[in-house]
Amino acid sequence: MVLSALLTGLVLGGTYALIAMGLTLQYGVARIMNLAYGDVIIAAAFGAFVLFNSLGINPLLGLLIVAPVGFLASYLIYAVMLQPLARRSGDRGRLEVDSILATFGLLFIIQGVALVVFGSGFMSYSFLAVPVNILGTSLAANRVLAFVLAIVIGGGLYQLLTRTRWGTAIRAVAVAPGSAPLVGIDVDRVARFAFALGGALAACGGVIVSMYLTFNATAGVVFTMKALVVVIMGGVGNIPGALAAGLILGVVETLVATFVDPGLTLAATYLIFLAVLVLRPSGLFGRSAS
Amino acid sequence: MNARTLSLTIGAIAILAILAAAPAYAGPYPLGLMIGILSYGVLATAWSMFSGPTRYVSLATVAFFGIGAYTVAVLGDVMPYPLILLVAALIGAVLAILVGMATLRLAGVYFVVFTFGLTELVRQLVTYYEVNVTKTLGRYVFLPLGPEHIYWQLLALGTVTLALAWWVRRARIGLALRVIGDDPVAASHLGIDITRTKLTLFAASAVIMTLAGAIQAPRWTYIEPSIVFNPTVSFLTVIMALLGGPNRLFGPLLGAIPLFLLFEWLSANFPNHYSIILGLLFVAIVFLLPNGVLAFAEGLINRVRPVAGSREAAR
Repeated sequence: MVLSALLTGLVLGGTYALIAMGLTLQYGVARIMNLAYGDVIIAAAFGAFVLFNSLGINPLLGLLIVAPVGFLASYLIYAVMLQPLARRSGDRGRLEVDSILATFGLLFIIQGVALVVFGSGFMSYSFLAVPVNILGTSLAANRVLAFVLAIVIGGGLYQLLTRTRWGTAIRAVAVAPGSAPLVGIDVDRVARFAFALGGALAACGGVIVSMYLTFNATAGVVFTMKALVVVIMGGVGNIPGALAAGLILGVVETLVATFVDPGLTLAATYLIFLAVLVLRPSGLFGRSAS
Repeated sequence: MNARTLSLTIGAIAILAILAAAPAYAGPYPLGLMIGILSYGVLATAWSMFSGPTRYVSLATVAFFGIGAYTVAVLGDVMPYPLILLVAALIGAVLAILVGMATLRLAGVYFVVFTFGLTELVRQLVTYYEVNVTKTLGRYVFLPLGPEHIYWQLLALGTVTLALAWWVRRARIGLALRVIGDDPVAASHLGIDITRTKLTLFAASAVIMTLAGAIQAPRWTYIEPSIVFNPTVSFLTVIMALLGGPNRLFGPLLGAIPLFLLFEWLSANFPNHYSIILGLLFVAIVFLLPNGVLAFAEGLINRVRPVAGSREAAR
């Protein structure tokens, strides 16, 4: 019981870590606190659902379609909606408020479209729902696949960010947006790219979520909250931190759902969030904020 | 100056008297609309009292509103009505102080995110309690209060809220709050106790929101967490206040009137596209106030002041 809860929690945590990486790119690099992030995840989940159910496209292939769409859509959203806000706001505080309000509107637009198209019912599809034996407990194969995918995609991103020149540029903007132009980095372009990359990660997260969880049009808010909690726990902009925090959150949530009450998972998330904010505002793994 | 204050007071009393007489001539539907407008006017004004000067965007309005309504539902049969309102106000204040102590020291963005989910948290906790402890989800509210009583109470609450907002703008605490909003470092060097000032105003605004919910509880008859903790209320409050200008005394109220009527009409005619339109409106308001929410009020005052001045001169 405990072991199976732990395993389920790790699987969930892997997904959380992946989606938190996207949010930490958007917030840490592009300086956009994107409240519509969870709705992008849900939109991608619906995308995978439609591809699988009406066209018979396996979610693994679906990922190759949905992720680029997520990238392009986020790129466009940044270029059309957020870049003007970023340009007109001089200080960071105002961009934060403006971006929160604008992406808040975006949240309703995406959610509203999903409601009109799919209704408010819960959706799921059956993909690889065969049990696999791991350490003596059985786990659905789709969950195992979801975990592997999260690790592969997240790990790949981490390698890109740390090993390539372009990853270095992204990290430079995250650390010192004021000084980055001095070494020839186009902050605008990097921000747009990081935001789009974050959107692609959200889309991957959505496809993965759709493989093993039920979801509905209004579930986005919860994913936004969870991704935010993980980002803050891990330290804004800290990818390994997001990974560790995601796994912790997934395990805690599953333990609460299994042993206390499934209705209290969000309350548990919240308590963790509050505790981290009060005790370590820069995150469990972050360096102390200036 | 004295004559002007006197005429303003007389004018305000006359408007209040006309409004108070409304149930005598308005039918049930217009009265319902007026209750809705008053309710959102109160919420938006209370929201702006704190969020306008501090720039802390709170998305938890309906958490307090719902707690007010729930308090009435739980205590409806146990206590006399005025006492229930008092208890509701107390609960709202205590929760606001707890939330405020935990979050108001932090950067604004964390506050937004926290309040964003607070409603969901409160809803889950109430649902959990009702399902596991009282074993019933949903309660009936039977109080001998008609729509006109609710209307009068809201009118009184609205008057008190506006008076309080007016007083805060002139009092030391309002000035302190504006300094904090402009430059927290300067504020602390001036000897302003930042946390206490923010906490006081946050609690005051939360108490008003709680009372607004408590007063309206009898309108529902049947109450359930998903009904009274509907997050849309928080969002509407924010855009109403933003539209009207959160740094003006009558701004939030003026924003509440057109938007409430618009959304009333939308929910009747386009129930499925409601949230798309809400979202577009949000984006539009953020964009059409070119200098953002923060500088919006200043620009508005500069644009409106000559007009207001000439109107006063004409008097």
